[in-house]
Amino acid sequence: MSLENPNAIEVREAVKRYGNFTALKTISLSIKDNEFFTLLGPSGCGKTTLLRMIAGFEDVSEGAIFLYGEEIEGLPPHKRPVNTVFQNYALFPHKTVLDNVAFGLQMRGNSKADSRKKAGEMLELVQLSQFANRKPSQLSGGQQQRVALARALAPQPKVLLLDEPLSALDLKLRKAMQLELKHLQRETGITFIFVTHDQEEALTMSDRIAVMSSGELQQLGDAREIYESPRNMFVADFIGETNLLDVSVDRIESGQAVCHLDGGHALTCPAIEDVTAGLNVHLSVRPERLILTTGPDTDTGMKATVRENIFVGTDITTLVDLADGPQITVRTSNSARGNERIFEPGSPVFVNMEHGAARLLVD
Amino acid sequence: MAGGATSGGNAVTDTYKEARNWLLLPAWVTLSFLVLAPVLLMLVYSFLTKEFRGGVIWEFSLAAYDQFFFDRGLFGDDPAQIEWTYIAIFWRSIWQAGAATLLSLAIGFPTAYFIATRPEKQRVIWVFLITIPYWVNLLIRTVSMRFLLRDEGPLNSFFMATGLVDGPVHMINTNFAVQVGLFYSYLPFMVLPIYAAVERYNFTLSEAAADLYANKWITLRHIVLPAVKPGVIAGCILVFVPSLGSFLAPDLLGGAKNFMIGSLIEEQFKGNAGNWPFGAAASMILLTMVLIILVIYARAQARSDKEAG
Ligand SMILES: Nc1ncnc2c1ncn2[C@@H]1O[C@H](COP(=O)(O)OP(=O)(O)O)[C@@H](O)[C@H]1O
Ligand SMILES: [Mg+2]
Repeated sequence: MSLENPNAIEVREAVKRYGNFTALKTISLSIKDNEFFTLLGPSGCGKTTLLRMIAGFEDVSEGAIFLYGEEIEGLPPHKRPVNTVFQNYALFPHKTVLDNVAFGLQMRGNSKADSRKKAGEMLELVQLSQFANRKPSQLSGGQQQRVALARALAPQPKVLLLDEPLSALDLKLRKAMQLELKHLQRETGITFIFVTHDQEEALTMSDRIAVMSSGELQQLGDAREIYESPRNMFVADFIGETNLLDVSVDRIESGQAVCHLDGGHALTCPAIEDVTAGLNVHLSVRPERLILTTGPDTDTGMKATVRENIFVGTDITTLVDLADGPQITVRTSNSARGNERIFEPGSPVFVNMEHGAARLLVD
Repeated sequence: MAGGATSGGNAVTDTYKEARNWLLLPAWVTLSFLVLAPVLLMLVYSFLTKEFRGGVIWEFSLAAYDQFFFDRGLFGDDPAQIEWTYIAIFWRSIWQAGAATLLSLAIGFPTAYFIATRPEKQRVIWVFLITIPYWVNLLIRTVSMRFLLRDEGPLNSFFMATGLVDGPVHMINTNFAVQVGLFYSYLPFMVLPIYAAVERYNFTLSEAAADLYANKWITLRHIVLPAVKPGVIAGCILVFVPSLGSFLAPDLLGGAKNFMIGSLIEEQFKGNAGNWPFGAAASMILLTMVLIILVIYARAQARSDKEAG
């Protein structure tokens, strides 16, 4: 990190306590300039708290937060060059859409006429020009969402904070807004810190993702890293769908751990630090990385019986019972090739794992 | 079968309507006896002829209104001129009530805001504390206020003991004393509606304003106030209207010079010296004035609602 190009936000060992409840436990992370950064985690894990500390609505119990290299603790919210899209939008109900968007511009010292003109341009950008003179209550949820976005972007903040901005929208609108947000971020070059509890949304939109749970940072990385190399049980379980299996390690052989399941099925996967022979650990394997066949494809094919096929549109999810072992989930794409690997319930099958698909997890 | 169900549904609706009418009956009876009847009685009395030892003679007369608005000399045979005495009293009353309302607003708004921003459990206690003095009778409170404001009262003793002033500050029997008395009489009527409005206010809006670079004052003026305006207006009406007709505070704290409408009306019905039709006429004029103020407010409110969409 050079002085000329510091991180947009740096959170350094920040702790947040409410009374004797610790909402955030020593969080450290850096958010780069122009980045689309996502805080992802289940409800109550402290995402909003972290965002509010950056915006200045909550003070930092310990540690510090830097904005482009400058410490911002002590700076009141109205002096921080950071804008927020609130979860419930928080549009001013007695002001028109145009005046809502013009408010921040005016507060930054622009004349009323100038502010309105720029606000009009912002409304054009989010395609709401024809609603400029309406009151927020006369707009649909999706339109209100875009007004909130225009209002927060209008004063050209250095960092835009978005607290679950899409959670109140229906699926189709949400997908459209995801793309729109991504475009807006690229066009404006503003650093976005986006909060969501929806892992799919996080994977689609983000340059980098910070996965949080119970006030702790679990993993930080880009979408692929988070999805394919979850660092622990929590991340593996929270991101996407996965089979988490209890295994015992038999031996480590040239970087590969040879393990077996309860029922005796043998599995091989890349070894990780701290794993030695004789340990009981967990193994995570994504359902789409498993293939069903009638005969063993490889020497690791596991004997199983099909229990149920569930049609989910693009895919078919199959539940199979491993012989003397746990139930696992297999996902097959709904295509001509995929459909050759679908079997009637009760059929004896073999479950095969793609090479390198499984991952060991210690906790 | 379907037909039976439909007619059954109607029967239920009818019964419901009927029940509602019956349930509303007590309210209607109470309202008619306690509001409509007295006002009508007052209206009728204001057009009757006065009896010299109080009471009325049942004979139509405009004398009461004539006396209020016109001066016809000592013997009533000079050419009619505008009578300023009563209009001046009315004007002074409006002024006093207005000043008391502003004072209540200045103290009541921050108080209400303070209470509404306490943690939820504390709010009840604060509201309770605010209302405690009002468990004591208004007369006793006003007399105590008189005692407090006297030249040799505790307030002045305190001022002089601290060396703030050399001699006593004369407060009793002034307009100021009346305003303080009215303010003290009706303060909760200002605090409670504003409190209710601020409590309903969504404070995320204030955060949004701060997020958009507005300081505290601008946020209060442009975001909070418009949102709690109905509560503020309700509070102002609830203080202004009873202040206008009040007679305890002007009588006990204002002395003879600071007469208000309430005292004027009160005198007309007291003892043998009164003039019932005149008192009734003054009451009707007061009532009309209050109604006009309320209508103006309702119009303004309707207009701003329309603007708001
Ligand atoms: N003002 C507060 N006082 C006490 N606890 C709070 C306060 N705000 C949040 N919390 C607690 O902090 C934790 C994190 O909350 P929050 O940041 O809102 O979670 P998220 O946004 O991830 O759902 C929760 O357990 C919540 O109950
Ligand atoms: Mg939240």
